[in-house]
Amino acid sequence: MRGPFLFKDIDTPGLKGISRYRELGGYEALAQTMGKSSPEDCIEVVKASGLRGRGGAGFPTGLKWSFVPKASPKPRYIVCNADESEPGTFKDRELMEKNPHLLIEGMILAGYAIGSHLGYIYLRGEFEYIQRILDQAIHEAREAGVLGARVLGTDFAFELHTHLGAGAYICGEETALLSSLEGHRGQPRLKPPFPAVEGLYACPTVVNNVETLMCVPDILKHGAAWHRQWGNERSAGTKVFSVSGPVKRPGNYEVPLGTSMKVLIEDLCGGMRDGMKLKAIIPGGSSVPLLPASDLDTPLDYESMNAKGTFLGSGGVIVIDDQTCIVDALYNVTRFYTHESCGKCTPCREGTFWLSEIFERLLSGRGRMEDIDLLADIADNILGKSFCALGDAAAMPIQGALKHFRHEFEHVVTHQSSLVNRRKAEIAGVRA
Amino acid sequence: MSHAPVMPTEATPPLEWPAALVPEVEATIARYPVMRSAVLPVLWLAQRQWGWLSPSALRLVASTVQLPEPEVFGIATFYTMFNMKPVGRHHLQVCMTLSCSLMGADRLFKHLERKLGIGHGETTPDGRFTLRKVECLAACGYAPCLQVGFDYHENLDETKVDALLEKLT
Repeated sequence: MRGPFLFKDIDTPGLKGISRYRELGGYEALAQTMGKSSPEDCIEVVKASGLRGRGGAGFPTGLKWSFVPKASPKPRYIVCNADESEPGTFKDRELMEKNPHLLIEGMILAGYAIGSHLGYIYLRGEFEYIQRILDQAIHEAREAGVLGARVLGTDFAFELHTHLGAGAYICGEETALLSSLEGHRGQPRLKPPFPAVEGLYACPTVVNNVETLMCVPDILKHGAAWHRQWGNERSAGTKVFSVSGPVKRPGNYEVPLGTSMKVLIEDLCGGMRDGMKLKAIIPGGSSVPLLPASDLDTPLDYESMNAKGTFLGSGGVIVIDDQTCIVDALYNVTRFYTHESCGKCTPCREGTFWLSEIFERLLSGRGRMEDIDLLADIADNILGKSFCALGDAAAMPIQGALKHFRHEFEHVVTHQSSLVNRRKAEIAGVRA
Repeated sequence: MSHAPVMPTEATPPLEWPAALVPEVEATIARYPVMRSAVLPVLWLAQRQWGWLSPSALRLVASTVQLPEPEVFGIATFYTMFNMKPVGRHHLQVCMTLSCSLMGADRLFKHLERKLGIGHGETTPDGRFTLRKVECLAACGYAPCLQVGFDYHENLDETKVDALLEKLT
């Protein structure tokens, strides 16, 4: 058993198929809910369960659902964010690949709760093979009467489709995702109006992450208190953490929220690879500020991470070793955001470009001491000044790195070279 | 950073959907209450059929989903996975983002450059391989990673990637 909840049965052979899924209790939550609990009851249970969005923002799921206007005459949509584009994160991929029916069940239940009869699963373009797995599962669900005009023989109709993106990090941002799904370039929109009020086709829409939706069936089946057996008051339940970097056993691990990072990295992942020591940890995907190794015992929950000046984010834990240059690692992250800035807002489009230029100057040995303050100044001028969080995602990691590893930046300026740089040495070693 | 792409305006021979593909095109459009939502899936169908989005293919997609051609060009060039020029039979896309970089992606890319004699965005003269650096592929725990077309190849090193290239004829 790889985890207490979502990962409990994940490696069961044949789980992809509807019959094995049903043998393990699949679609029981749907049967138990349809026509027996009201949509309002469903929302209340999810609210009470303490479930928060697992894609990165951590917004309370039940509250998000409750924002859908009850009286609106417009159609409503439920959209699954399966863009999984945050560097360091690879959990949704495994969840969908191995347990597609759980996502389908979660989407039907979410649809029922908000009064939606049509849902879309927005997958990043690279996930074409997952689209095929999901389409097969959707086909099976339709044949079995789980999806369609009469969900499990009730009066509730629900249809579901997959939609493949085509390569754009920004489409993981919910308003950009909706623009993309509408057939536009994937650029974010100003909020408000929030998608719950005006989302897809300007209709009320709820966008939830894969992992979030997959938590819903069991929460409705077993109740809010059952879900709260894991985690703590404000961070309830479990979370799948994707661990990458030079640890002995990288991979996805599901643990109760509040588990120490030390348990995740040292016990579950087996610690660092031989000959390496831990230098820093990016706890929630590349968009969040890193923590130094001395913060290893921080609990993995929303509040504890905020108290350390960072975020739980998507649960993409990137482990950085002592032989890696922090300036070089941050340049990699910054270059990513420069590449992925959608170009809509000036602070992000221009700011990320100049951040990358300054990193290049520093790392090529032409850096000046004032460049370090210039990085901080540009980051400050991006933060909170664009439509969406992409600009913030570029700015915050730099602020975090300057807070904890300023001496490495200064070393690059004073010595015209990094304190350590394993990557550079490795490239130099490639045979001609 | 790339410079803004310029839409080709010269006359190109008209293209039609092969008869066998027409039902799939129609079914794709039927999945959405608003037709323009089908633009990405229909662009994907065109790329699957012809390997890249030629000006003729873009014109066909535009007329299929009833959008102006420049609009479709603007959409297609926004997303990185649409090929705006022909690519080799095997499209090697090496993830260069942090987790892969920590696990040797830069070394792997340099090895591929040396081995194939081409750089980022280039195609071998025999049309067999196109090599590209790409950003995070959600394979961070199985790094370094290379996607060939849509197929993931993970936990790579020089030996494994050489064996893989042998198989890609």
